[in-house]
Amino acid sequence: MSKFKRRKFLGKTAALLSAMVAAGFISTSAMAMDATTTGQAVTDTTVTVGILHSLTGTMAISETGAQQAEKLAIKQINESGGILGRQIEIIQEDGASDWPTFAEKSRKLLAKDKVAAVFGCWTSASRKAALPVFEQENGLLYYPTFYEGLEQSHNVIYTGQEATQQILAGLDWVAKEKEAKTFYLIGSDYIWPRTSMKIARKHIENVLGGKVVGEDYKPLGNTQFGSTINKIRLKKPDVIYAAVVGGSNVAWFKQLKAAGITSDKQTLLTISVTEDEVLGIGGENLEGFYSIMKYFQSQNNPSNLEFVKEFKAMWGEDSVMGDVTQAAYLGPWLWKAAVERAGSFDVDKVVAESEKGDIELTAKAPEGYVKLHPNHHLWSKARVGQWNKDGQATVVFESELIEPNPFPAGYQ
Amino acid sequence: MGEYTVQELTSIFAMQGFAGISLFSVLLLMALGLAIIFGQMGVINMAHGEFMAVGAYTTYLLSVISETYFPGFLQYYFLFAIIASFVIAGILGYLTEFILIRHLYKRPLDTLLATWGLSLIMQQTFRSIFGAREVSPTLPDWLMGSYQPTEEIYIPINGMFVLGLTALVTIGVYILMYRSNWGLAVRATTQNRVMSGAVGINTKKTDRLTFALGCGIAGIAGAAFTTIASTGPTLGTLYIVDTFMVVVFGGAASLFGTIASAFTIAQAQSILEFFISGSMAKVYTLLTLVIILMFRPEGLFSIKVRK
Amino acid sequence: MNFVYERLLGGKKGMLGLIILAVLIFIILPLTLDMFRLSMVGKYLTYAFAAVSLVLLWGYGGILSLGQGIFFGIGGYCMAMFLKLEASDPESTKIQSTPGIPDFMDWNQITELPWFWIPFESFGFTVLAVITIPAIFAFIIGFSMFKRRVGGVYFAIITQVIAVILTVLIVGQQGYIGGINGITDLKTLNGWDIREDSAKYTLYFINAVLLFAVLFIGKFILTSKFGRLLLAMKDKEDRVRFSGYDVANFKIFIFCVSAVIAAIGGAMFTLQVGFMSPSFVGIVPSIEMVIFAAVGGRMSLIGVVYGTLAVNFGKTIFSETFPEIWLFLMGGLFIAVVMFFPNGIAGVWNKYGDPQLDRLLDSKLLSSLKTAISKNKTSPVEDNK
Repeated sequence: MSKFKRRKFLGKTAALLSAMVAAGFISTSAMAMDATTTGQAVTDTTVTVGILHSLTGTMAISETGAQQAEKLAIKQINESGGILGRQIEIIQEDGASDWPTFAEKSRKLLAKDKVAAVFGCWTSASRKAALPVFEQENGLLYYPTFYEGLEQSHNVIYTGQEATQQILAGLDWVAKEKEAKTFYLIGSDYIWPRTSMKIARKHIENVLGGKVVGEDYKPLGNTQFGSTINKIRLKKPDVIYAAVVGGSNVAWFKQLKAAGITSDKQTLLTISVTEDEVLGIGGENLEGFYSIMKYFQSQNNPSNLEFVKEFKAMWGEDSVMGDVTQAAYLGPWLWKAAVERAGSFDVDKVVAESEKGDIELTAKAPEGYVKLHPNHHLWSKARVGQWNKDGQATVVFESELIEPNPFPAGYQ
Repeated sequence: MGEYTVQELTSIFAMQGFAGISLFSVLLLMALGLAIIFGQMGVINMAHGEFMAVGAYTTYLLSVISETYFPGFLQYYFLFAIIASFVIAGILGYLTEFILIRHLYKRPLDTLLATWGLSLIMQQTFRSIFGAREVSPTLPDWLMGSYQPTEEIYIPINGMFVLGLTALVTIGVYILMYRSNWGLAVRATTQNRVMSGAVGINTKKTDRLTFALGCGIAGIAGAAFTTIASTGPTLGTLYIVDTFMVVVFGGAASLFGTIASAFTIAQAQSILEFFISGSMAKVYTLLTLVIILMFRPEGLFSIKVRK
Repeated sequence: MNFVYERLLGGKKGMLGLIILAVLIFIILPLTLDMFRLSMVGKYLTYAFAAVSLVLLWGYGGILSLGQGIFFGIGGYCMAMFLKLEASDPESTKIQSTPGIPDFMDWNQITELPWFWIPFESFGFTVLAVITIPAIFAFIIGFSMFKRRVGGVYFAIITQVIAVILTVLIVGQQGYIGGINGITDLKTLNGWDIREDSAKYTLYFINAVLLFAVLFIGKFILTSKFGRLLLAMKDKEDRVRFSGYDVANFKIFIFCVSAVIAAIGGAMFTLQVGFMSPSFVGIVPSIEMVIFAAVGGRMSLIGVVYGTLAVNFGKTIFSETFPEIWLFLMGGLFIAVVMFFPNGIAGVWNKYGDPQLDRLLDSKLLSSLKTAISKNKTSPVEDNK
């Protein structure tokens, strides 16, 4: 390269680069203008939040209901005047059923879009991936799914139930009501079923004085339950206690029915079937079996009737609302309550209000009543529902309000 | 085992035997279509699972149609659904070969990429049409429940149905491949394409029909599996690895090998599952297969073919 | 000097390609992108390691591995184990029933650090493990396969099955290796906080330097006699064998090299993303790596880096803008690449861009330099047409 030409080339490159850098600065400063002092995307008339669920990939099946409920709640809040006089705007991101994508999109929502809160995540794995981002960027996540517990972050509000809230009351009920002594535990092989089964086993053995006669884990996506069903038949448990998820769940119930294990001969209690799952399993394959959840669509209280009506109006008559859908609906309302008390969208202030432990929802809680506990989880009731052929459950038992306990001593 | 009576143990033994056979028929039905395509044409069809999903969704559609318009037909639609699944998946397979595969015969590894792309498109199509949630076709009553030869033995009817269907399809494939002129043409093309062309076999048409047949059988499998498992946009991904495993372990280009391989894998898995956790049973089974394949990489049964 | 210029830099055109890529990665992207996008690019560049490994193995060796995720995962997990141990010091884990072990072990009633975790307390061992464990693993697989002359489709599927086994194993053994959630919440590397923006910048550049090192190594291998043999084997394996070469040994070697390259990518991935999970080990990531290589051009080391960046940016942008249709677009892209552009981006460049560049180089720029080096022929390997 001749000296002259090289210099010219370098000069041009440098000019190009400095132009690009300048463009970068301009866009950054333009962004800074519409943020308030908290550094979030809040203007005088709007506040921006993020919704982060899988719209594609294997988890899209489960996460659809949650994001629909969140949008419904936000729409209702906007119609009733918004939060602190500001209308909520949504930036929706697709987690694509891929955990690093959840982390990546969380970072985008927090660092780039500066959203005031994020409603999202479904699986524990996606939450675990996104959690360090929320802690580092000091964001706020409302997480809707019932999960295994063992976590309590400054930056997350858990609107679903942790494992002990879901499991213990149901086991007590089945031990008393069905005089169950022997249990067969079966789940998909990953952390949530395993942790739930561990808690269940301790409770059965130490508190109820019962016996676990078998414990089995199937790989995710497994569709063959022939041998497992034979093992169950051999052990003759009083109760089958199941936490099978995803496509396996459908196979599990179809094959149980085909093998003649039906509710007239066998009590089955599951912690992984909501109205959403029943659509795929088919009500006729579940008839008479029990689920332990905190919410069922058939609950008959004014808040729920209103919720079901509004949800169907927005998302179609055929929609069903499961436990997680309901928990997701609570998120925006809990956030609204905390923000209005704090008088600010600042995450630390909102969390501080939430941690006071006296934020309650009744009219906007389809499950009836919830109260936020200082440990970031919700006080809620456990309910046992018995499935009918039409895919809806009849609530046959309702517990007292249960205190959330994400680190249950004696159950670990 | 003092706590169990002899009779109980016998019943469990019988049912466990059936569970193994039932798994065998499931694996075989999944793998047959792929074995034909992979064995005869050397094409890796990553979209095999999605062709199964085509069958499953066809069944679902027909169930909805007959439920809405012809309630009396609900007990019989399933038989038609199987035929329809075969035809629709077969036609789609035929088109796929025509549009995509036939350009790639000289690059077998590339068919893998192209069919993977196809599988993404098909998955999204299912999602756009039928929604992301799983659906459940209403099954006729005669398919549900179980047959009880004695007080304690329950044999699932859907398991027997899949077994019977698999037997039928296998025999059909056998006759087609080894007892018909068309099968002769297919096998000749596999062994020596140029020579077959020279003696007057239309090798292009043979390829197209072979591919269509493989996809059609995948469609049948998909329809049959609505009785035992789920129907969703990502259904195909649940089966694809097991399917490949059966075909590779059996050795390509060998119908008998595929049958033997499905049988071995099914028995191993089903017996292991009875004694240890399902997830570890899967690991041990696959691990054993891989180790065997390391010593016998060409599979259990294979015809020596010149490369 | 000549050796470096001709073989590692690939002559003037090869050098120009490297310079453009270097300017892009070292200057333009860091200057124009904000931290969020830049760390995304950093993550994509770790996938580029796997894509480069596939150029050697698949593009030149003709061996398609559908299990590069295995090696990417091993590298990533080795690094994650080290970082997790550092993050689990007794002080920060004092609420656990057994302080000082990773949190997921505590939840699974493991009260003592398993034996295979202990060496990972040393950074030196970890770096060694990132390189040697994948190599040993690849050697075992390669030895048993290639010595028996298994290749092609069988090899592809067997590597795929191994990837599945590894995934099921990791998911099932959550007490020992973190299960489906993976190893998360990694904080510091020898006391250096890898979550800070400054650390992310540094890691980005370390990653980029390593990538270039790998590109040079790749180029060195491909332009050596070994590289020529590799290409010969791909086209007529038997002839190479009859010429007296032990074909299997060459294949085993290149498989091990590609495993190590992918593993380095995995280790850098863990460092930059801050966690490792089984979803990078299985079938889907492994096939995606093949696709990066295919889109970039399986015969071009530099092309696959662009390919990786292009596919991942496409994925991110489409899924941000049109989440419903991005699978259609991706699927269509793969089919189009295979059907119409079998040599990917690099192929398109060679056909349309390169002749232009030639004309440019011939006519104006460098004309003086050209006469000076005209006696050296351009390298036969890079940009082969």
